[in-house]
Amino acid sequence: MEQILEILEKDSRITPEQIAIMLNKDVEEVKEAIKKLEDEKIILGYNTLINWEKTDKEFVTAFIEVKVTPQRGEGFDKVAERIYKYPEVKAVYLMSGGFDLAVIIERKTIKDVALFVAEKLAPMESVLSTATHFVLKKYKDEGVIFEDKEKDDRQVITL
Amino acid sequence: MNLNEMLSPAVKKIEPSGIRKFFDIVSEMKDAISLGVGEPDFVTPWRVREAGIYSLEKGHTHYTSNSGLIELRNEISAYLSRKSNITYNPKDEILVTVGGSEAIDLAIRALVSEGDEVLIPEPSFVCYKPCTVLAGGTPVTIVTKAENEFRLTPQELEEKITPRTKLLILPYPSNPTGAIMRKKDLEAIAEVIKDTNILVLADEIYSELTYEGSHVSIASLPGMKERTIVVNGFSKSYAMTGWRLGYAAGDSAIIGAMTKIHQYAIMCSPTTSQYAAIEALRNCDEDVRYMVKEYNYRRRVIVDGLRKIGLDCFEPMGAFYVFPSIKKTGLSSAEFCERLLYEEKVAVVPGNAFGESGEGFIRCSYAYSIESINEALKRMGRFVKKYI
Repeated sequence: MEQILEILEKDSRITPEQIAIMLNKDVEEVKEAIKKLEDEKIILGYNTLINWEKTDKEFVTAFIEVKVTPQRGEGFDKVAERIYKYPEVKAVYLMSGGFDLAVIIERKTIKDVALFVAEKLAPMESVLSTATHFVLKKYKDEGVIFEDKEKDDRQVITL
Repeated sequence: MNLNEMLSPAVKKIEPSGIRKFFDIVSEMKDAISLGVGEPDFVTPWRVREAGIYSLEKGHTHYTSNSGLIELRNEISAYLSRKSNITYNPKDEILVTVGGSEAIDLAIRALVSEGDEVLIPEPSFVCYKPCTVLAGGTPVTIVTKAENEFRLTPQELEEKITPRTKLLILPYPSNPTGAIMRKKDLEAIAEVIKDTNILVLADEIYSELTYEGSHVSIASLPGMKERTIVVNGFSKSYAMTGWRLGYAAGDSAIIGAMTKIHQYAIMCSPTTSQYAAIEALRNCDEDVRYMVKEYNYRRRVIVDGLRKIGLDCFEPMGAFYVFPSIKKTGLSSAEFCERLLYEEKVAVVPGNAFGESGEGFIRCSYAYSIESINEALKRMGRFVKKYI
């Protein structure tokens, strides 16, 4: 199971047939395992990692530190839900340390982000404070280096 | 003055490497896919590279002791103890060398003299014979067979032993065949030589790259440590070929003799590489596991692919090579490789580059991405179809 996930996490286009060979398993067995992982929502989707900075798309990404008051019986989950249901919110993490929730949001302009914080996030009842940081450049995401300069410079044949 | 006549007879006896021709063709060719490379495609783990850079920043740019940094020898000793359960004294039983290659040359030069016979299982890496000849010794080939999965058998060994036999080379996991020797195979070999004066040079450079079960060193068998020189290094296990760093471990008498030659010929191994290697041994077990896992995926893909296109191919259990037979095609190894290169632009190495017994085989390396391997297999499939 774990090996199938590792392989797919690196390249989700790889076929069950190929995975079966790589792991010395039966194709049907691999297909079944993948189906099960999907059903159990362990595999949540098959995304493509895109370096949008190389396109003409205009957008800004912000990382927002949010301090909240946990609610009785709900902890942080309720307020987290209120936040992550906004489609412009890309990620929400519960954090240890100086703040409680990390919210990653992507909008067209800085103004859009500011509006989201001012009108949606900050006024929420249990939100105590927010601190917004804008992402200037992504060097590496999901384990992938965006502009990897290393290439195969081996001699073509060696013994 | 005829300079050729000035060359030493021993050097004249040595053949240049048999792959130069292919190398020149492939280098010129566009869109060629090479499965001909004998080194990892991974770049050295970053933490190791950074340790090298850091050592330069700190100004570690001088010679080290002839034997190598004691910190590194301590780590090598700890490594051999945890991997093979053999204890080597870092002070006088370990020598850090310029790649495993230097260690092989030193061991042979320290032991072999005029008339001594050196047993070399083939097909195998190309350096043992020339090193033996340069030392004045006589190389004696032991042909290992595909039906034995290219392992050395005690019978094959016994047949070649004479009163002049000085040294047995034991190059497993094997380049080019991918064969390994399991514990019981090694015990049988140890049984044959235990009552002789034959020493063993165990070239274990691929020891980390085994796929079902861990590598066993012959030095770990009872009574074998004192008559074995273990050669290993950082090139294959830590993807550090360009750093040129290896080592030998063995009895202090032999390591001492090797250190004498090393001190005059080399002085010491590169200092930057030695600092980097300390980091490799201390903190890179996880990197090695990752690389082995990747090689294992590719190994299964290439073996499956070669069998599907109709080539007989035993399952290699070590290194990153597969050694299929091409006898069915009716072509010689050289013809096969040359035509495959011109017709489908895939470069592999003819088996006879690793000794005459490699004729009828080719060596394919799987130190490549799965995409490259799949593309090469597709082209090889089209090619083989024309002949079988």
